[in-house]
Amino acid sequence: MKVKELLFNPIIKNNPIALQILGICSALAVTVQLKNVFIMCGAVTLVTAFSSFSVSLIRNYIPNSIRIIVQMTVIASMVIIADQFMKAYLFESEKAMAVYVGLIITNCIVMGRTEGFAMKNGPIASFLDGIGNGLGYSFVLLIVGFFRELLGSGTILGIEVFTLTKNGGWYPANGLMLLPPSAFFIIGFIIWVIRTYDKSQLEEH
Amino acid sequence: MSSETPTKTVTVALILCVVFSFLVSTTAVVLKDKISYNQEIDLKKNILLAAGLIEKGSVSAKQVEEAFKKVEPIVVDLESGEKTSLSPEDVNIKTDVKFSDKSTAIEPSNDVAGLGRRPKNATVYLVKEEGALQGVILPIVSKGLWSTMYGFLALAPDTKTVKGFGYYEQGETPGLGGEVDNPSWKNQWVGKEIFNTEWEPVFKLKKGSVSSSDEGKEHMVDGLSGATITSEGVTTSIQYWLSQNGFGPFLTKIRNGEY
Repeated sequence: MKVKELLFNPIIKNNPIALQILGICSALAVTVQLKNVFIMCGAVTLVTAFSSFSVSLIRNYIPNSIRIIVQMTVIASMVIIADQFMKAYLFESEKAMAVYVGLIITNCIVMGRTEGFAMKNGPIASFLDGIGNGLGYSFVLLIVGFFRELLGSGTILGIEVFTLTKNGGWYPANGLMLLPPSAFFIIGFIIWVIRTYDKSQLEEH
Repeated sequence: MSSETPTKTVTVALILCVVFSFLVSTTAVVLKDKISYNQEIDLKKNILLAAGLIEKGSVSAKQVEEAFKKVEPIVVDLESGEKTSLSPEDVNIKTDVKFSDKSTAIEPSNDVAGLGRRPKNATVYLVKEEGALQGVILPIVSKGLWSTMYGFLALAPDTKTVKGFGYYEQGETPGLGGEVDNPSWKNQWVGKEIFNTEWEPVFKLKKGSVSSSDEGKEHMVDGLSGATITSEGVTTSIQYWLSQNGFGPFLTKIRNGEY
């Protein structure tokens, strides 16, 4: 497979959230503010890439009966390492995201890629596949985060765009956008747009 | 897939565990200093925020260190109110209650806040400017509906007037009990009086809002709507910690000018 395909297919053609419907939980949880989205996306992309890389390196030695737990160990270690780095260099954001960094372990995208791709492919391809899927995840999360922060708080990356009525402006904040379920609506719209554009993703009835 | 024997499975599992635990522990050790520095700054920041010595927002570590120069942490014995020789690192308000040598059970009749145990020693912070006492910051532990809340209460040197209040850790319902973090609610605390003329801690959260005609309004702030249990937890814990069973003996010494 070509590098380009590995990296960019997961963005529209085979998006982990929009097509595979994986990793929805964190897409709801961390998208209130765009800044946290960037950090979360970075963390997930790196964890996915390095987990896939490590699993692929040892794929021929992993006994089949314990392969899931082996992958889990690799992923959990990567997440702890990522969390430690965030505590050291991005302390405030790490605190704001609280449990969700640790919960990357349970993000289906990471495990989905190690089990579905890294177990059958070489380390470099797996690494790129991990980056690609991280980008696909980031693509959806950034759109969700953009709209939730704009419509919920009237800001983009903390910079005021719409002046809220409570600060004497014209824009009444949309409370729904601050709550996790609003991400469902936005993800629904994204899936609709993608499937209108790419008819092959439509499910058969 | 590779051939499988029990020996091989166990060996692979063992090697894997050793390798990854090595990776994880190396990272932890390498980054330890940086992380504990961050945590220390964060604690200092919370203390300064409660005391109103810095504004909320992005404050750099340097500014925190600078502002914290005015603050002197001391460990006091709650029973006697005396300063002890312990350093702030020796006590931990969160975990000391789990050890029987570091905490005592609170008499059920005195345990208005439902805390169960209280530490023997606690870190308090004296705010000093050119040697003169400007205020004192006390740690406050409250039981809310879901969580134990940890915060700081800053008092003026008269030990009666509130200079600031805030929790730095709580897990109450967002929008209801979680409103303990609401800045405009916390602002109501400033200037209120904890004690009445008999030095009894009568401060409380009123059910509903405090109106200007209320008797004793200087001892009250608005209750949190939709959060009866959280509000009750705040009221009882403030009353407990400032009573003779809490920081009472220490505050008496402050009033006597012993610090």
